[in-house]
Amino acid sequence: MDETPRTHPVQPWTFDEYTNSYIRRAAATGIYDIRGGGAKRRVPHFDDLLFLGASMSRYPLEGYREKCETSVKLGTRFAKNPIELDIPITIAGMSFGALSGQAKEALGRGANAAGTSTTTGDGGMTPEERGHSDKLVYQYLPSRYGMNPDDLRKADAIEIVVGQGAKPGGGGMLLGQKISDRVAEMRTLPKGIDQRSACRHPDWTGPDDLEIKILELREITGWKVPIYIKVGGARPYFDTTLAVKAGADVVVLDGMQGGTAATQDVFIEHVGQPTLACIRPAVQALQDLNMHRKVQLVLSGGIRTGADVAKALALGADAVSIGTAALIALGDNDPALEAEYQKLGTTAGAYDDWHEGKDPAGITTQDPELAARLDPVAAGRRLANYLKVMTLEAQTIARACGKNHVLNLEPEDLCALTVEASAMTGVPLSGTNWVPGQGNGY
Amino acid sequence: MEALDLTELELRSVNETLQAEGNGSNKAFEITNPRGSHAIAVGIDAPITVTVKGSTGYYCAGMNKQATVNVTGSVGPGVAENMMSGKVVIEGDASQYAGATAHGGLLVIKGNASSRCGISMKGIDIVVHGNIGHMSAFMAQAGTLVVLGDAGDALGDSLYEAQIFVRGDVKSLGADCVEKEMRPEHVEKLSKLLNEAEADAKPEEFRRYGSARQLYNFDIDNAGAY
Repeated sequence: MDETPRTHPVQPWTFDEYTNSYIRRAAATGIYDIRGGGAKRRVPHFDDLLFLGASMSRYPLEGYREKCETSVKLGTRFAKNPIELDIPITIAGMSFGALSGQAKEALGRGANAAGTSTTTGDGGMTPEERGHSDKLVYQYLPSRYGMNPDDLRKADAIEIVVGQGAKPGGGGMLLGQKISDRVAEMRTLPKGIDQRSACRHPDWTGPDDLEIKILELREITGWKVPIYIKVGGARPYFDTTLAVKAGADVVVLDGMQGGTAATQDVFIEHVGQPTLACIRPAVQALQDLNMHRKVQLVLSGGIRTGADVAKALALGADAVSIGTAALIALGDNDPALEAEYQKLGTTAGAYDDWHEGKDPAGITTQDPELAARLDPVAAGRRLANYLKVMTLEAQTIARACGKNHVLNLEPEDLCALTVEASAMTGVPLSGTNWVPGQGNGY
Repeated sequence: MEALDLTELELRSVNETLQAEGNGSNKAFEITNPRGSHAIAVGIDAPITVTVKGSTGYYCAGMNKQATVNVTGSVGPGVAENMMSGKVVIEGDASQYAGATAHGGLLVIKGNASSRCGISMKGIDIVVHGNIGHMSAFMAQAGTLVVLGDAGDALGDSLYEAQIFVRGDVKSLGADCVEKEMRPEHVEKLSKLLNEAEADAKPEEFRRYGSARQLYNFDIDNAGAY
């Protein structure tokens, strides 16, 4: 018997087990993987920043005693009726169609309790959604499914969707299995066919046209409601500049961790920039135009905690928006449903086949039996609780930094844990006064 | 007839006046000196008649409901975009995206229409007396596009359930758009639309195009068709 010592078998880093499974799946099916959600890869994020807190030169505010405001007003540039929110956390656009009616109701209930807004998605506005949302932002999308002037006038704000973080430059596809009678009717398409959501608007091209489109929307709505422009995290400096030039009241900037109902995995993971990398260029663009705080910036894509909220605001955002986190609060990917996730060939936390409409949590489905599993009242309460916790956390941090309003947080309150995060945000590397690209420091 | 002169009134004032009319109104308005202004007569929701004396910029009669809007000149991009009902008549030519995403009503263009006429239309009827440009009726979902002249490249690309009738030549058909049989119900429908659009043409002179419905559900074997 050969007793020569052997080296341990080495799994290649380049061809790891996930990569190999991807190749085998592609070879077996001949089709790329489509899924929901946002980027799953590790990218620099808010975890790579820390707050400094108060010290000799900064005076903290007393927790549980001294007030720390959280209200925010969006749309102060041109709109007669800006949106006033109690908290700087909004609910991102998600469609009835991608989500069940119960999930949309729960989002509205939770947002109402927290004093914030929800947002429609592709497919138009449902009466239930309008009824359950005190403040509703109506998305104006390339597909214009369900788009009509009556709903436009019922909205509290209009969000023109140019792109989203999960797929800047991409459209969408709602697969036939999620097209119920009602979804089909709302979108003026036959039941059961795949519904393509266009990647660009049908009646304008570029920011000069968009300026005129915004004029039309304002004329139709009497200049009453704010007009947001939502962009994916592609070229945040120029996109923000052009959105302001086109006449936006609010810019919504969505980084690559922002979710989608369904897109190619390769798109989600390889197109667009991390949320953290998008903020500084966008804020810089607003400052260069003397529009910071005049055109509000709403940041989305991977916001999870009050700390994330506080860091986004400290870097210059006026508010944040949550989508995936809100769905988890409702009950998405709950470990209690592990047995059912296993039957679908996945596991709790990793379930992302939202486009297939088989969600055991009753959220990303149009199956009446599955959808009935979600109690909108209880799920709405969970969302309200979660929003409350995030707000309290952001307030806790703001007080520790001596701020009596969360919007008073500033980059000076932060340090970066990594060179990458420092370079992206312009915040000095922890223990130094050095920012890559900005001199030697110590 | 109430006159609204755009050299004396702001656009906001003109649109506010038109939008203030309700369901019971059958008033007539004449807008003079449009001088290519954008968003004229948008968001109306009343059975009124509006005549625009001259040519307009983008989105004239956008999202119209119930009203009859006549433009004596030509119109810029997106005329009658997302119209819900009513009638819009253009005596001259129309730029790109005429009738884009519109759900209902009738759009008549007595001249030519540029590219992407009827893009993503969702129920509107469009009659063009002249020619139309490339990519017209792209992703058109419902409604009818009638062209008395010729159609440009890629007509009806990625078409859903909208119907297209062309009297002249079609330079090329887009993905999944095919010529279909003209049955009696189509002749009847076309005859009615031609009559409403005051178009001097016989239904028998037209050919019908529609979706082959081969791309309705994603199939990897169709990847080459996109």
